[in-house]
Formats: sequence, structure tokens, C-alpha cells
Amino acid sequence: MKKILKNQAVQSLLASLLCVLAGLLIGYIVLLFINPAGAWEAIVTVVKNFFYYPSKAAVVKYFGNTLVKTAPLLMCGLSVLFAYKVGLFNIGAAGQYVVGVAASLYLALALHMPWYVCLIAAMLAGALLGAISGLLKSYCNVNEVISCIMLNWISLYGTNLLLNNVKETASPYTFNLVNVNASALIPSMGLSKLFAGNRYVTIAIPIAVIVAILVWVILEKTKFGYELRATGNNKNAAKYCGMNEKRNIILTMMISGALAGLGAALLYLTGFEQWQCSQSSVPGMGFNGIAAAFLGGLNPIGTIFSSYFIQHITNGGAYVDKSMYCAQISDLISSIIIYLCGFVAFFKYFMNSAIDRREAKKAEKLARAETEEGGQK
Amino acid sequence: MLLLIQYTLIFASVLLLVALGGCFSEHSGVINIGLEGIMVMGALGGALVMKYMPAGSPAVVMIFATLIGAVLVGVFFSCLLAVACINFKADQTIVGTAMNLLGVAAATVIVKAINTAENPDNVSATIQYISQKKAFLLNIGSFEFNWFMVIAVLALIFAYVTLYKTKFGLRLMACGEHPQAADSVGINVYKMRWAGVLISGVLGGLGGICYILAGVSEWKFENGVAGFGFLALAVMIFGQWKPTRIALAALLFGMFRALSNVYTGFSFLTALNIPSTVYNMLPYIISLVVLAFTSKKSRAPKAEGIPYDKGSR
Repeated sequence: MKKILKNQAVQSLLASLLCVLAGLLIGYIVLLFINPAGAWEAIVTVVKNFFYYPSKAAVVKYFGNTLVKTAPLLMCGLSVLFAYKVGLFNIGAAGQYVVGVAASLYLALALHMPWYVCLIAAMLAGALLGAISGLLKSYCNVNEVISCIMLNWISLYGTNLLLNNVKETASPYTFNLVNVNASALIPSMGLSKLFAGNRYVTIAIPIAVIVAILVWVILEKTKFGYELRATGNNKNAAKYCGMNEKRNIILTMMISGALAGLGAALLYLTGFEQWQCSQSSVPGMGFNGIAAAFLGGLNPIGTIFSSYFIQHITNGGAYVDKSMYCAQISDLISSIIIYLCGFVAFFKYFMNSAIDRREAKKAEKLARAETEEGGQK
Repeated sequence: MLLLIQYTLIFASVLLLVALGGCFSEHSGVINIGLEGIMVMGALGGALVMKYMPAGSPAVVMIFATLIGAVLVGVFFSCLLAVACINFKADQTIVGTAMNLLGVAAATVIVKAINTAENPDNVSATIQYISQKKAFLLNIGSFEFNWFMVIAVLALIFAYVTLYKTKFGLRLMACGEHPQAADSVGINVYKMRWAGVLISGVLGGLGGICYILAGVSEWKFENGVAGFGFLALAVMIFGQWKPTRIALAALLFGMFRALSNVYTGFSFLTALNIPSTVYNMLPYIISLVVLAFTSKKSRAPKAEGIPYDKGSR
């Protein structure tokens, strides 16, 4: 039992579960304050999400919708995670996601490119934005958090400006992908049949999962990944060992950016959403990615599950009784979860020291018993 | 031209207040990324006070009540950062980011809950305070004077005097430079850092209410404060953590922000025919460029961002 508790992975899992439970509990308390009558029902609705529908076909279909939005979230989570492993906090996933939207939609709608070209363009756009933060960090010593935030806003306005060229005349939304260029839609390859004909379910979802596994392999099993992690743990030690720490920082930010950009393409090329060109705030996808990465214990495989969970409650928030509460209650819960993730290191330290103390006590008792026995003889 | 000065001064006031808040927190050794969240919560506190104050109350009462509301909520929210980062030694970046998200989400939920409780059909995230807002404004000719400009100057004087002329300020800065040394001469580092974060809560809250009052219409809480908390951090870095320089930096950044509101008033700018989005981007682009040139020889407090552990050496 103690051995299990000392295992790093088990500790991370326990910590994440604790964060989720505490987040839901605090969310419930907030609901109680707003209106005690429907609070329990509302929190159950958030957790149930698509099980809200009575018919089985609808449940499966809306399960598909949740998965469609999980794919980009997973990519944003991976983007944050990858940078964090190298000691960088990529809060710019949001902006890299936005330029991913711009590149993929502009190529699809204005230049009529097929989907794989758009996908790669989105990755390149994200990588380019990431590279700017990386360059500023390594050559000009600019804190990556601040440069990323500035780039988030710049890319939001830039995207609005660019996509204004491909928007409907009557509404602020971009053209519908199905009507303008169906070849830019990511193929479904029969996956949609599994989800009661939900045509938004495409190979984007398996692609996201494969990328997650790839990220794990790169970080844990290759020399390149080892070098990156070494740079993250101690920049000076890595430099001393002959690793090029400046190159590593820039490369990391590029890869992170590419991941977030890919995420945007995986969502927008399904035709599930259109970009609103009058958008005045950076979409929350990139920020939720931070929640997904930390809740997943900073492990790519864990992030698959945590990003699903976050998307699950975000979608669930849409079903709460609007006469009493608003959908943002799930944003509140996920931000509380990120806040609590800050305590994970302390939690692990606390658990380890508690186990150590108990073991020390036992060893001491054993030793005392032995000496007493020795004295009697 | 007058309009440009007016907007420059009001946006500079916001940036100055918030950047000074960040300055106190960082001098004590805690990086406060959560300023944006503190601003939103402070704005919420002030706006709620304005909503529930009777419309006919005298301007002085209205101003002070609003300020106290904003400060109280801002300080309360900054406690979240202090507890996590000082007592539990959490990662300051994660906690700060969580606070930014939490601030916007919590404010939206609270405002919408109040609106729906009053009228089930009202799902907007705005608070009505247009008539109450007039207490803060004073028209001098065509120039709209805002009391926050005075408050910002007072905050600047307060910050300068506290940091450089009092025992408290010098001790606070010692905790950000070398906490072990400060501890060895009997300064309680934890208390000092708490003080730094709470002062940033006060100033952040004030900056928040100032920000939403600077706009012409009512503020939608879902939008947060559009990266102003981070712009303020850029102002602070550009000002090299020194109050007087921060004030000059705030004026510069405030001017670029103001340009996006009033550029149509200048015939040579409209003649250039640049889309308005470019003006919206301007403050962020300028701050990136400025940071690229000033961060190299940064005079940041040495121990900022590192949780203080009594046992470590």
C-alpha cells in the first residue's frame, strides 16, 4: 500500500482527482449561494453533459460533439505541456491557436486548398508565432509570459483583419466550409457512422490522440527530448554539457506553437464552427489547455483524459437551467481546478513526508524492540 | 487633440495604478501575473457599490464608497495569490494565470446571477452605472476631467515615498533582493511578502474600476480587461521597477492606447487609411518592441518568483 502511494504516477492521479472533486465542490457551493433550489440539479447537469438527452442516438451524437471539441483542447494542452517540460510557460497557446484558425481558414476559403495543406499551414503559422516568443526569450531576455500575452492580442486582431476577406456579407461569421470548399473538410473515414451520423466526427480525433502519444515518445524516449528536459531543469547545467540552450528554447516554442495551431485546424476544418470576425476576446481554448495540461499531471497520456474531462464539463455547462444560472459556471469550475493544481507540489511533498515519518517511526520502534530484547538476554 | 490628451491621461492612470501594484508585489519577491484577475474583481466590487448606491447621493460619498468597494474586493482576491505562493510555495505563474481565468469567470457568474435574479429574461453581463459614473467626471470646458487622474498621481507619490523613504519600503525591497539576508536581521519575510501582495491588490482593484469607468458604455464582464494587467506589467518592466519611470512609461503606453479611440479626429491619420484594427494592435506591438530592447539589462528584483523557504540556504 505504501509502495503504491509512493509511486509518482499514483500520486499525480490522486492529486488530480482531488483537484477535480474540490473544484466541483466549490462550484456547487457557488451555485448554492446563487440559488439553493436548483443547485444540486445544476451540478449534476454539468457532470452529466450529453446524458441529459433521453434517446440513445442523441446521447451518442452529442458525445461525438464533445469529442470534436476535445481534439483542439488536447492539442492546446499538449502545447502548454511541451513548453512547461522545457521550463517555459506557454500562455500563448491561445494566440497560436488563433493564428492556426487564420491560416487554415484563409487557405481553405480564399485559396481553395485541400485539408492537409491547410493543416500544415496552421502548424506553420503557430510555429512562427511560437518562434517569435522563443527568439525574444533567448536573445532579448523577454519573459515569455508577457510576450505571449501581447502576441495573443496582436494575433486576435490580425486574424479578424485577415478573415474579414472571407466572411459573409450579412453576418460577422466566415463562409461555411461545406458550401465553399468541401475538399478542405477533414475526411471522416466512416467514423461519423459510429456517432449516429454526426458529420463533425472526423479523423481529427484519432490524429489528436496519436500526436499525444508522439509527444510522450519524443519527450521520454529520445535524445532530443532528453536534451529539452535537461534545458528545462537547469539551463546552465545544460549549457555546460554542451547543449545549445538558445536553440532548444526556440525549437520548443516552435513545436508548442505548431501543436496549438494544429489544434485550431482540427476543429475549424471539420466545419463545426465558423470564426466570428468581430470577436473581441481571445478564445478560451488555449487557456483551458493550461487546465488540461496541469490536471493531466503534465503527462501527455494523462492530458488525453483531463482534456476530455474539461471539455465534458464545459459542454455540460450549456445545459444548466438558464432561468437560474449561466453557462460560465463550468469556466468557473475549470479555473478553480487550475488554481488548485498550484497546490499539487505541496500535496505530494506533504504525502511523501507523512509516509517517511511513519516509516521512520516504525523503524525506530523496531530498533527499540530489538535493543530491549538484547538487554533481556 | 484635447480628446487625445484626455484619453491618454485616463488610460495612463489605469496603467500607472496597476503597474505600481505589480511593482510593490515584485519588490517583495512575488511575481503577480494575476493582476488582470485582480482588476476584474476590483471593477466588479466598485461597479456593485455604484449599482446599489442611491442615485442622488453626493459625489464625494459616491467616490469614496466606490473606491472602498473596489479596494476591498481587490485585496480579498489578492489573498488567493498570497496564500498559495507565500504559504504553500506554489508556482507563481500557474496561480497567477488561474487567478486571471477565475476573476473573469467569477465576475461573469456573479453579475449574471444578479441580473437573472432581478429579471429572468436579462442574461447580459453588464451592470448599470451610467448615472452614478458622473460623480467621477468633471467637465472643464470640453475637457472631461476624471478624479482617477488625481488618484493615480496620489498613488505615485505614495509609492515613491513608501518604497524609498520609509523603513517598511526598504525592508520590503530587501525581501525581494535577498530574503535570507533580510531574515537574518530579523525581518519577517512572509509578512513582508503578504504586505506586498495585498498592496498590489489595493492598487489593482483601483486600476480595475478606473478601467471600466474609462469606457463610454457599460462594461461587459465576460471580456475581462483586454490584457491591461499584462500591459501594466510591461509598463513596470519598461519603468525598471522604479515608480517615477513607471509613470513616464504609463504615459507613453497610455497614448498609444488612446490613439485607437481617437485617431479619427486627426485628419492626417485618417488620410493614411489604416484599418482601425491596426490601431487596436498598436499598444501590444509597441510593448513587444520596447520589451525587446529594455529587458536585456533588466533591474528586476533578484529573488522574485522564488518561494521563500526558511530552511533553504
